[in-house]
Amino acid sequence: MTELLQQLINGLALGAIYALIALGYTMVYGVLRFINFAHSDIFMVGAFAGYYLSRVAPQASVTAGVFVLLGSMAICALLGVIIEKLAYRPLRGRSTLTALITAIGVSLLLQNLGQRVFGANPKSFPVLFPQHYFQFDSGLVIASTQILVFVVTIVLLFSLRHIVLKTRIGTAMRALSFNPTAASLVGVNNDRVISFTFALGSALAAAGGILYASNYPSIDPLMGTLPGLKAFVAAVLGGIGNIAGAAVGGLVLGLVETTVVALGGSTYRDAVAFAVLILILLLRPNGLLGKRQAEKV
Amino acid sequence: MIQPRIRILAAALAGLALLAGCSKSGSDDSAKPADTIKVGEFASLTGKEATFGQSSHKGTELAIEELNAAGGLLGKKIEFVYEDNRSTPGESATIAKKLITRDRIVALLGEVASGRSLEAAPIAQASQIPMISPSSTNPKVTETGDYIFRVCFIDPFQGRLLAQFAKKTLKAGKVAVFSDVSAPYSVGLAQFFRESFLADGGQIVSEQKYTGGDKDFKAQLTAIKSTNPDAIMVPGYYTDVGLIVAQARQLGIKVSLFGGDGWEAPELMQIAGAAALEGTYYSTHFSPESTEPLAQKFVADYKAKYNGEVPDAMAALGYDSVMVLADAIKRAGSTAGPKVRDALAATKDFPGATGATTLDAKRDATKPAVIITVKDGKFQYVETIAP
Amino acid sequence: MLPRSQLALLGALAGIAVVSFFSGSYDPYFLDVAVSCGINITLAVSLNLINGYTGQFSLGHAGFMGVGAYVAAMLTTAASATLLPLLGGQHWLLFAVALLAGGLGAALAGLIVGVPSLRLKGDYLAIVTLGFGEIIRVVLQNIDAVGGPRGLIGIPAYANLFWAFGLAAVAVYVVWTMVNSTYGRGFIAVADDEIAAEAMGINTTRYKITAFLVGAFFAGLAGGVYAHFKQYIAPQGFGFDRSIEIVVMVILGGMGNTTGVIAAAILLTVLGEWLRQFGDFRMILYSLLIIVLMILRPQGLFTWSLPQRKAG
Repeated sequence: MTELLQQLINGLALGAIYALIALGYTMVYGVLRFINFAHSDIFMVGAFAGYYLSRVAPQASVTAGVFVLLGSMAICALLGVIIEKLAYRPLRGRSTLTALITAIGVSLLLQNLGQRVFGANPKSFPVLFPQHYFQFDSGLVIASTQILVFVVTIVLLFSLRHIVLKTRIGTAMRALSFNPTAASLVGVNNDRVISFTFALGSALAAAGGILYASNYPSIDPLMGTLPGLKAFVAAVLGGIGNIAGAAVGGLVLGLVETTVVALGGSTYRDAVAFAVLILILLLRPNGLLGKRQAEKV
Repeated sequence: MIQPRIRILAAALAGLALLAGCSKSGSDDSAKPADTIKVGEFASLTGKEATFGQSSHKGTELAIEELNAAGGLLGKKIEFVYEDNRSTPGESATIAKKLITRDRIVALLGEVASGRSLEAAPIAQASQIPMISPSSTNPKVTETGDYIFRVCFIDPFQGRLLAQFAKKTLKAGKVAVFSDVSAPYSVGLAQFFRESFLADGGQIVSEQKYTGGDKDFKAQLTAIKSTNPDAIMVPGYYTDVGLIVAQARQLGIKVSLFGGDGWEAPELMQIAGAAALEGTYYSTHFSPESTEPLAQKFVADYKAKYNGEVPDAMAALGYDSVMVLADAIKRAGSTAGPKVRDALAATKDFPGATGATTLDAKRDATKPAVIITVKDGKFQYVETIAP
Repeated sequence: MLPRSQLALLGALAGIAVVSFFSGSYDPYFLDVAVSCGINITLAVSLNLINGYTGQFSLGHAGFMGVGAYVAAMLTTAASATLLPLLGGQHWLLFAVALLAGGLGAALAGLIVGVPSLRLKGDYLAIVTLGFGEIIRVVLQNIDAVGGPRGLIGIPAYANLFWAFGLAAVAVYVVWTMVNSTYGRGFIAVADDEIAAEAMGINTTRYKITAFLVGAFFAGLAGGVYAHFKQYIAPQGFGFDRSIEIVVMVILGGMGNTTGVIAAAILLTVLGEWLRQFGDFRMILYSLLIIVLMILRPQGLFTWSLPQRKAG
């Protein structure tokens, strides 16, 4: 029973992390219909930014943690805007595949620059937030960082929904995603909205990177690849472009992976995760929460 | 339109192939006597296993620099030519061909991963160029042919040694094995450990797997915990082991964790934390804490060259691979492949950073292993186990 | 009298055979890069049928290549003792049979991936094909009989310049004639506008499945040639990264532009080697070049007119 509960907690905690990274993926996709492959590498840069910032604010206190988190989010937001301006903007209006390849190029560039600038060796990520383990008599353990991930994911989920649904810029983002030409006709500044979307997405990636590194305190320039891929799967699973879907997809993926391992299939962990994705997509081609779009003729 | 275009295409394809025929390798300097001795290396300097490849590469570079500062080999300077294989299969063979036919190296060094060594080995063998792998521990590597050597010990030896250690020193009857399914090193070491440990009457209560680069091991560790092992064997690399040890302790697993030379790196302590590592053990051929004068000299030189970075086992083996080669070239008095090969095969008790290396009839290094533990927040020597 | 396109194919094959006959005198490094070009052409051209002409989006091409490589390699290593006497001791025949089996194995995998493509579109299809590719890699990694993560060693060196470029020529010929036949116009119709194509009475299901089947078949053949040239294969070599490399070749060459895709396959293969002189900056330059090339020539390096149809 304890084992079952512990595995449930493990699965939810892992799922929350996937959900956190998937949020950024899905938001950029929702607005621009474009898979930002470099998202997972901005995530990595976020973790490294946190690593260097934490030297300025060394104590493990809540203020220091928040300072590092916000600082890293700001740095990555800037990075996201720059990448969009230099690499993606010249391609606007071209096919999504062209943009996809550019994104893969950016992803490769960040990884290789990272290996050169930060070094390929893994670095140990400092303790940013005060850490505590809640031990229960039955042997059940919950870490404070796991709870933090949950809380931050939920907070970001609702803030994002609020931004997209209730604010002016959110309305502009939705207008853009429906029809960019029509949006600019009614006075939406497309360039600014897209810049904002990238800034927001990249800041989310940075938050994900910091929290990920707080949970798994070993960072390296390729750390983004695997969680990035999983988060991408989570986003598609939930219905890409759907913010709540990303959260649901992340949790489902985390639980599925943990179940596979608990049942003794740890060698096939990744394969089963993808198999479940394929099955779900065959049953619901637009993901769990994705809306079925009418085919236009 | 269609027909002419397909003709152009066919012509282009054939033309390309023809071009292949016309273009020559372009190196005419093969006729001139070389005024340097070229040593080649293929390494994973970028990509998934860059951290190991770079460590090994740094050790290699340091050794060559030291040899050149001491006057080189046979009165000539050593020229070091290296190529990156991006940690992907498929590139090492190409690189080996380039280094051998274009750069005309006299010996090939590499790689940390057994899979990529296995890829390049047949090419070195066919060209009669001696190849020394610094840290490929899979037995199959040197089975490729008589030109392929290694300066590390092999998985069966280390697996046996760890089985004995678990039985005798840890007094563990029930062991859980947690290995990296994507690393031949980890799979091999786990397999040889299992064979020896079962033969000794031990019991393996749980076998879990992870994929190198994973960060969350809690699901597997929770499953392991429920089987109540006396100890957990983790035959992985320190990059993953650090997190595994830390997460095991977080889940309240109090038994000993132990593993092989993949653990050896100063980063292990930083990633896992000293408290989590308390009471863990690993076998290795090298430790920066070693009191051997040659090892200490290597650590000091390495720190001086690389801004105070502490070398790991890969760096020490990379260093030794060059030193063993240099020794063989000196004894051979020549850089001709067959002569260097014979001299390499006769290597006996060569003193290096990782201890005395003897190359046996299978061209594998036989050298003692040391067991290291973490006690009071420090790496400490436990015992030396002779081969 | 044969049609001219078939004459061209025969001519190309003869030319390649002649060049290959003298391959013994080439420098092995040069030969390695040349053979890699041939294999990459086959891969890129076959993926172009799926991604370019038919407008599907596959990110799992390396998986098909892996299936072909492993099936063919197992037949020429583990099964060669039983197979070789049956084939009269002819090594080239064994290789041909192994290649064909590898191609068919990959085609079967292509069929399995092709079926979901009937229900899925765009990014959803992309992630499913990516998933299939990864599943193939994980499964290969877990089969001890094929070496697991260590890879399969000791594969005989059957493949050479002739096989690599011969296969490339056949792949180009098949894709070219398929797409440019009356029947083949259906592929482009599916890519251009699926609903309109369906309304015109085109069996879109059949076209999509055919594209996956044929594309995977040639990827499997390319995998077989690759295995018997490199003499070593490992599961990591057929992962996501490799698939991406092939997709880049297709897009850089110009979707649905066979000549461009061939040129891009050669260019990218040679570029990777040429960049070696820059040492540690090689991969940084490589990724920068991809970005710059995409910005300067988003329609593909070798597509001169603007694309007349939307892609993806």
